Amino acid sequence: MDHFARLGLPAALDLEPASLDRAYFALQRQWHPDRFVAKPAAERARASAEAAALNDAYRTLKDPLSRAFYLAELKGVELPGDGKTIDDPELLMEAMEAREELHDAGSTQAVDALAAKVRDDMKASLNGLGSLFLAGDKPAIRTALLRLRYLDKFAEEARARRMNLERSSA
Amino acid sequence: MTLLEIHEPGETPLPHAGEGSLAVGIDLGTTNSVVAIAREGKPAALHDETGKAMVPSVVAYPSSGGVLVGDEARLLMPQEPRNVVASVKRLMGRGAADLHTVAGVLPYEIEPGTGETDMVKLRIAGKARSPVEISAEILKALRKRAEAALDKPVERAVITVPAYFDDAARTATRDAARVAGLEVLRLVNEPTAAALAYGLDKGSEGLYAVYDLGGGTFDFSLLRLEKGVFQVLATGGDTALGGDDFDRAIAERMLAERKRDGLDDKVDEAAVKNALALARHMKEQLSDRDQTSGRLELSGLPSFHALTRTEFEAMIEGYMKRTLDIARNVLADADMGVAEVQGVVLVGGSTRVPLVRTEVARMIGKPPLTDIDPDEVVALGAALQAEALTGGGDTLLLDVAPLSLGLETMGGIVEKVVPRNTPIPVQLAQDFTTYQDGQTAMAIHVVQGEREMVADCRSLARFELLGIPPMTAGAARIRVSFAVDADGLLMVSAEERTTGVQQRIEVKPSYGLSHEDMADMLYDSLENAEADMTARLLTEARVEARRNLLALDAALAKDGTLLDAAERAELDQGRARLESAIAGDDRDEINAAAEALETLSKPFAERRMDRGIREALSGKSMNELESRVGE
Repeated sequence: MDHFARLGLPAALDLEPASLDRAYFALQRQWHPDRFVAKPAAERARASAEAAALNDAYRTLKDPLSRAFYLAELKGVELPGDGKTIDDPELLMEAMEAREELHDAGSTQAVDALAAKVRDDMKASLNGLGSLFLAGDKPAIRTALLRLRYLDKFAEEARARRMNLERSSA
Repeated sequence: MTLLEIHEPGETPLPHAGEGSLAVGIDLGTTNSVVAIAREGKPAALHDETGKAMVPSVVAYPSSGGVLVGDEARLLMPQEPRNVVASVKRLMGRGAADLHTVAGVLPYEIEPGTGETDMVKLRIAGKARSPVEISAEILKALRKRAEAALDKPVERAVITVPAYFDDAARTATRDAARVAGLEVLRLVNEPTAAALAYGLDKGSEGLYAVYDLGGGTFDFSLLRLEKGVFQVLATGGDTALGGDDFDRAIAERMLAERKRDGLDDKVDEAAVKNALALARHMKEQLSDRDQTSGRLELSGLPSFHALTRTEFEAMIEGYMKRTLDIARNVLADADMGVAEVQGVVLVGGSTRVPLVRTEVARMIGKPPLTDIDPDEVVALGAALQAEALTGGGDTLLLDVAPLSLGLETMGGIVEKVVPRNTPIPVQLAQDFTTYQDGQTAMAIHVVQGEREMVADCRSLARFELLGIPPMTAGAARIRVSFAVDADGLLMVSAEERTTGVQQRIEVKPSYGLSHEDMADMLYDSLENAEADMTARLLTEARVEARRNLLALDAALAKDGTLLDAAERAELDQGRARLESAIAGDDRDEINAAAEALETLSKPFAERRMDRGIREALSGKSMNELESRVGE
């Protein structure tokens, strides 16, 4: 059973956080091991497995980015493994330039500005992705996801960079 | 996912166990412990004859025999310091390397462990005792108190642990309960229990933070409360940071003052215990006044020490800053800003320190909630959960794994399988493969922590998956599954997917191995994120390059005859360059050398492919068969 089906949700990128929570809470009420404390071992084991699967589904679908990757996998979009080299020369160029900018950012404000830009960029990309999924345009989905993966990594690097700047100024 | 290994918690409730007996909630604290019971959603702490709910977490083995717990044990401290143990919770699941000293002396006499997986033991009244059995004495006393107050047998309990307790400490706590004759219904995280007490009491909804500074541990958790659901979004902490550290700072200062004044103390375990007891008293006084003083007598020589609140606050500022840093990181983990926090709950006796209150209020921008006694709130929450688990109830606690769990991969890199703040219970699996041709065994090393390199994380367990059928490197599919149950306890299993060779272990933590404690690890990971990433990239480049060298060597051994001497020499030269690059620390040089070698070996690879095709075709026609025979 895929994660969407497990939570009784349509397999789409667009997902209201509130409806995901509602579905997840309702099912956890039914399956959480706390509800099975006094039950026989076999029932407890079943509940534990169900609750674990629900948690896996929830955490995968909760974050829009991981939801997008998961949906792509379901739709049969082939993506290179995480950490592999970027095979899109345009993206490679963009990534190198951005990294340089981050490296040169000497203040937390400068890093924040870069991070904000990336956040907006990610939001826009994710918004555009919904229609690509609807159209079933696999090559375009692939390109967009690879770019999103890079942006996400960049945001993480920006966070680390900011922390270091804060620490050295403190 | 089909590969689910369900870990049965050790305390399988027997069909009839506990019928007619009551389930209580226990806060087993570093400094004080409390037992409480809930009836129809109304929790109450259980008091002794004098009306006190708190039992000091102090155990004494008096020279006259027997065991004392609580106030009676504490009273024995001045006369028989060697027979009295306090703050034993700090030792749960710990090795000797995790302990703190005062003036280089521990307030305990340590029994050397017998192996690397040994938890530290204490020598008290001439006998080695483990923290588990000492904690069990406290639990027994609480159980007795509950049975006296309720006039019924008490056999089941929800026991709270710091959210940031690791697998070793959780297991030790569960074991202590077993020794005390209590079935653990659930280990509940302290901040979660506190939130439960507040949430049910106030009917609150929204995002709440719990700042829990106890005697020996610090936790900060962020929870969402919604219609009876308590969902932990993120948690963080330090299992070796608390009010005890404030006491130690004051004690160190007094001992230094004595030295300055020419008192030549022999600082031993007893001296440290007495100095700590006085320090604690002075700290408590400074919660209500601006200055205090105390008289310390060691080896018959008295000294007087004055301390102002301002001085004290300067002494603990570093600890305060650390708690606030952790709190900020938890907020960042949950992707939330302080503005979204509706309230912050203060838990733990150390939140009575005025500086703690003002600093937390300043950070969150709201006055903290303190209307439930911070010493009792955790036990009250545990009691509510005990009732919910035994009698049913509509609340639902959704907690998370506090620390990332992962495996060591090539080059000492940690591959995280369960990231921190993953909701539990959970079962997650990851596939790994073999590194060398014909590899038949794989060492599995389970670690807990946030850093990128294994050496910086806490080692939990090692085992070996044997009997992998020999295949070419990268062909085997080894799936390693991590299962974390609702108590936060881990079980790991490994399986070779093509043959079904399987192995499963319950993680038995290596208590004594870590030289840093976990909290330091998380803290370090944030500080070292950049350096870690560089180290990881370098290691990855090395691993990849070595893999290429192995493949090339295998090819040369098989088809080396396809090359003439000059070509071979060129290839060997490229190979040597890569070898020396691997030995160095320059990632760019490794990648450049690897690329150069790949270019050099391209003609060789093409010839091998041609030969491969020819061989595949051979046998298909008489002609080729003849030419082969003629070779």
